Amino acid sequence: MDFKSIKEIKTHLLKRKISIFELNEFFIDKIKKSKINAFIFFDEDLIRKRCKELDSIKNDLPLKGIPIGVKDLFCTKGIKTTAGSKILQNFVPTYESFVTNKLNNSGSVMIGKTNLDEFAMGSSTTTSYYGDTINPIATDKNLVPGGSSGGSAAAVSANLCLGATGTDTGGSIRQPASFCGVVGIKPTYGLCSRWGIIAFASSLDQAGIFSNNVEDASILLKEIAGYDKNDSTSSDITIPNYFKKINENIEGKVIGIPKEYDLPNIPDEIKIVWEKARKKLEKGGAKIINISLKHTKYALPTYYIIAPAEASSNLARYDGVRYGYRSKSQNNLEEMYESTRSEGFGNEVKRRILIGTYVLSAGYYDAYYIKAQKVRKLISNDFNDAFKECDAILTPTTPSPAFQIGQKEDDPIKMYLNDIFTVPASLAGIPGISIPFGKSKDNLPLGIQILSKHFNEQVLFDLGLFLEKNNE
Amino acid sequence: MNNIIKGKKFNWELVVGIEVHAQISSNSKLFSSSPTKFGSTPNSQVSLVDAAMPGMLPVINEFCITQAIKTGLGLKAKINNKSIFDRKNYFYADLPQGYQISQYKHPIVGEGKVEIDLPDGQSKKIRIIRLHLEQDAGKSLHDQSPNKTYVDLNRSGIALMEIVSEPDLSSAEEAAIYINKLRTILRYLNTCDGNMQEGSLRADVNISVKKTGEKNGTRCEVKNLNSIKFIKQAINYEAKRQIDILEDGGNIEQNTLLFDSKLGITKMMRNKEEAHDYRYFPDPDLLPLEIEDKFISDIKNTIPELPDEKKQRYIDQYKLTKYDSSILISEKDTSEYFEKILISNQELKNHTKIISNWIISELFAYLKKDDKQIKQSPVSPENLGKLILLIVNNTISGKIAKEVFEEMYVNKSDPQSIIENQNLTQVTDTKEINKIIEKVLQNNQDKLSEYKNGKNKLFGFFVGQVMKNSNGKANPKIVNELLKEKLN
Repeated sequence: MDFKSIKEIKTHLLKRKISIFELNEFFIDKIKKSKINAFIFFDEDLIRKRCKELDSIKNDLPLKGIPIGVKDLFCTKGIKTTAGSKILQNFVPTYESFVTNKLNNSGSVMIGKTNLDEFAMGSSTTTSYYGDTINPIATDKNLVPGGSSGGSAAAVSANLCLGATGTDTGGSIRQPASFCGVVGIKPTYGLCSRWGIIAFASSLDQAGIFSNNVEDASILLKEIAGYDKNDSTSSDITIPNYFKKINENIEGKVIGIPKEYDLPNIPDEIKIVWEKARKKLEKGGAKIINISLKHTKYALPTYYIIAPAEASSNLARYDGVRYGYRSKSQNNLEEMYESTRSEGFGNEVKRRILIGTYVLSAGYYDAYYIKAQKVRKLISNDFNDAFKECDAILTPTTPSPAFQIGQKEDDPIKMYLNDIFTVPASLAGIPGISIPFGKSKDNLPLGIQILSKHFNEQVLFDLGLFLEKNNE
Repeated sequence: MNNIIKGKKFNWELVVGIEVHAQISSNSKLFSSSPTKFGSTPNSQVSLVDAAMPGMLPVINEFCITQAIKTGLGLKAKINNKSIFDRKNYFYADLPQGYQISQYKHPIVGEGKVEIDLPDGQSKKIRIIRLHLEQDAGKSLHDQSPNKTYVDLNRSGIALMEIVSEPDLSSAEEAAIYINKLRTILRYLNTCDGNMQEGSLRADVNISVKKTGEKNGTRCEVKNLNSIKFIKQAINYEAKRQIDILEDGGNIEQNTLLFDSKLGITKMMRNKEEAHDYRYFPDPDLLPLEIEDKFISDIKNTIPELPDEKKQRYIDQYKLTKYDSSILISEKDTSEYFEKILISNQELKNHTKIISNWIISELFAYLKKDDKQIKQSPVSPENLGKLILLIVNNTISGKIAKEVFEEMYVNKSDPQSIIENQNLTQVTDTKEINKIIEKVLQNNQDKLSEYKNGKNKLFGFFVGQVMKNSNGKANPKIVNELLKEKLN
């Protein structure tokens, strides 16, 4: 029996070919043997308890018994939630995030909390206080799984769970999905509630899904999406049954290829795969057009102003007063703040807090933050104009395959360039999916990104399924 | 009004602007559903949002928006259809988020005005710059332990309206009148209870001085004043301090000050260089607040008669003086008391002046002595109305009425029963009064002959004697008439 498709396993479970216990024991065993450090929290007894609980429920549930990894940025009631940071090393929420609560109500089994870059800041899962996660694709090569949701991507890729939640602020789902050879979808900003997700950059953060295949992603996304009155930025729309509606017939679909993404310093292996995907789609009956997203080159600097600005404020609450880590050296309030935050945060988080504080400071605010907001609007307008002509946009997910752990550590700018293809969609709030497609010259997985207009996740699944089936 | 302050060398004028922080009357906080009851056990009214737990998000409380709009309309101000919540970033132990959600560039309410009545009978318009919404912080308790500070988050997240005036005030008295008037308006609107002792109304006061005819000087801001008395003291102290410095050839530095209420002086809190950079930016957790005209007009329809309109109506409809009207409307509860008397009996509409006098002189004196609010008055409006009817239809004299009133106040009793029990009904029977007059004249033969010899002053003596002999029950008007007949 193959444990890689939720759709199939659901059938096995319903036909009693396998029990919830057997299914989850399989994954418990795999996690225990795994050496990639995908999880920060894993408790087999808790999993067995949950299986018992689910077993006693008579009626079927959409994800009954399905083991799901949860990025350790989602608050889980009674279970330690760290955001990959020392500052929250002993933090146990008394509440469950909206998204994981929905997953629980759908009958899924929370298999463990996955590793991530500290406070979701990073593209490598090497800024976590809880150690690096290793990309399971080629463990001998010591590659990063990408980030920030690297633990989730690696866990799905290594078949340690059947799906996982992630969050994507500038590419934190799509980039690790690409590096680990799995499907990763960042839905439209506002589709999933942010309530109970530890905030990095509020105007960009969005929950999403990792899975082994497109169909599973379509099943899982429906289970985490939906309006929440406790998140003012969540959208009150009806969530379609993506899985039921999925249609791999792409005839007549218009696909835009943005010329601005064809950067001169992108390696050929990336360009070749992009070209292949384009041709496959064309063969499948889609119409390919060239489009322009004029302000693309400003997306990265814009992102690295807005995201740190919001982060510098969002992370102010970690002050050692009410919860989390508090430094021992504290003679007065100011000293307590200084030492708590110096000892509690890692370098990347500090760097972004400093950048964010700087761009919001008097005298710099207009030049950086306000200007960035204006550019963000222009980038958004570019997409709106493009989607008047096409149904979806096709780009590479990342400018390179997975790199070695430690490789870009000393050069933050190089690290930030990882997000070059994913950041524009984040700024515009539109959905994007990364589908494993093609291989690098070193036989590493690569991802192709599909973008669509707000709340048209369906077209991502349709085109994604087509590419998945036509991958070679 | 002449507000010139004479220094040793020059004449000075005072320039004062006030930022009032008014706590919105609301059962729950601005961005969470926690209760807001004053004086509760520390940290018993704190939600996950108020404590800024990881992943928590603010959700706007629509009632607080309604209250702010209502207040804006009461200040005759422009309501902005779009306003934005910003984060004001700073670290403090009682500020859980590390920022306060406030409104910076785009407040919910724009320019408005408040009319104040000055003691010389003039009115003055104080311009309002803006009203914005913000969260209150918690409280740091430094006095619970010698080496620890405790934090109470009950107040954290409670909705405040910051109401900012132009520097249109020219004296401590004007500032006091302004605060009083603003508080009256808020109470009429039911948008803030105005209770300064509980901190529901606090003021930051900006003070500067200038020589007559010159432009405004450098200002200092005195933070967090929680009584009208302190506001006046702080302004007067600052005026003197600044004038002394300037007359000695010094300069005023733009500092933020605190008022030491024990010593009655202002003290430096921080100078301009130490001022915080709050790094305001729009709160990405909250969408811009968009308000439709219909929403505003619906609120407009719920606005009660406000003090200025009520005062004018009292003058026009009840023929009261401006002075009496101002006093009756100055507290919502007083005007309600007055109007309850009026509706208790149709006849009373013709005696508004007497009613007003009784409230302002007798009732207020008794209440003041007992430190009671008019709401707690032992004399109900209905009973005071009955008493006044007994006076105007000559059942009792004004003097007896005062005794009856005392009885009503002490025993919360009905005037009719007091009069009946104590047989206090006024004597209007001329025969009976004549009898008393005869008796008085007989007993005072010496005075009578003096009077007849031209000592007219003694008329009052005879009136007094007659009243005394009737135990105050004789109708004074009839006594006067009958005496005149008898003596002349």
